[in-house]
Amino acid sequence: MRSIALIAAALVALAGCMEIEQTATPSRQGKYQGKPDSTPWSNQPLAAGPQWKQGDRASWEEQIKKRQLGQHEHRRIYQ
Amino acid sequence: MARMKFLVDAERCIECNGCVTACKNENEVPWGVNRRKVVTINDGVVGAEKSLSVACMHCSDAPCMAVCPVDCFYRTDDGVVLHDKDLCIGCGYCFYACPFGAPQFPQAGAFGLRGKMDKCTFCAGGPEADRSDAEFKKYGRNRLAEGKLPACAEMCSTKALLGGDGDVIADIYRERVARRGVKGAEAWGWGTAYGPPPKGAAPAAAPAGGKS
Repeated sequence: MRSIALIAAALVALAGCMEIEQTATPSRQGKYQGKPDSTPWSNQPLAAGPQWKQGDRASWEEQIKKRQLGQHEHRRIYQ
Repeated sequence: MARMKFLVDAERCIECNGCVTACKNENEVPWGVNRRKVVTINDGVVGAEKSLSVACMHCSDAPCMAVCPVDCFYRTDDGVVLHDKDLCIGCGYCFYACPFGAPQFPQAGAFGLRGKMDKCTFCAGGPEADRSDAEFKKYGRNRLAEGKLPACAEMCSTKALLGGDGDVIADIYRERVARRGVKGAEAWGWGTAYGPPPKGAAPAAAPAGGKS
């Protein structure tokens, strides 16, 4: 009985050695905590796809606006 | 500055589910998750049946963002609401907060295991390297980084589902409604959406206090 108690006490004592040091990551509550994302216009356009000047937001928006207006059949078909 | 939005024209949607299929195929969405779904009201009632394609509406003040306990949501420069799956703990708060039922949870495991949240990304991927395999596996295709619009909107056969800059697609919709012969204040609002009140019906009671 005494040996069982000793083994149990040893296991409890050893469990303390397993504790991993934890440090709190400084964070701002309510702000995005994940990885940063890149912008669509920062990519090189695909060879066979729509074209824009890499890194130029205005040129990316211009080409995507043309694509948006492609959804408007009154302008796409009748003009 | 573009604010990416979806707009659905209930007069045009024919409930073909082409948008649902396009989304599922383009993003290889896991089994049990539908990022987009078609909702039909007055199903089978002749002349009154309307269908709407619903997914994440990329809210300007998104409730999912507000309730997330690990702050895994962010909004891109072009107004798309995205999230980091590496941070998501699958708690489901966003599901309860969203009025559109956009957040979905894959349930591939046993014992009701709930995976990390998955939702419409406006085909804008997520916080991994653009157009990378890692991004595709976690979030689906990044069509915006290819200079394209979401697959669901581009695939819509009747162009009931419009996707793009809110100002541009609102102009398209406004011009459409005007061509239908609806003018002025009738182009928008309750009467246009739900029809005029039935003849003989009592007018709606004025709110208490006389102010709205």
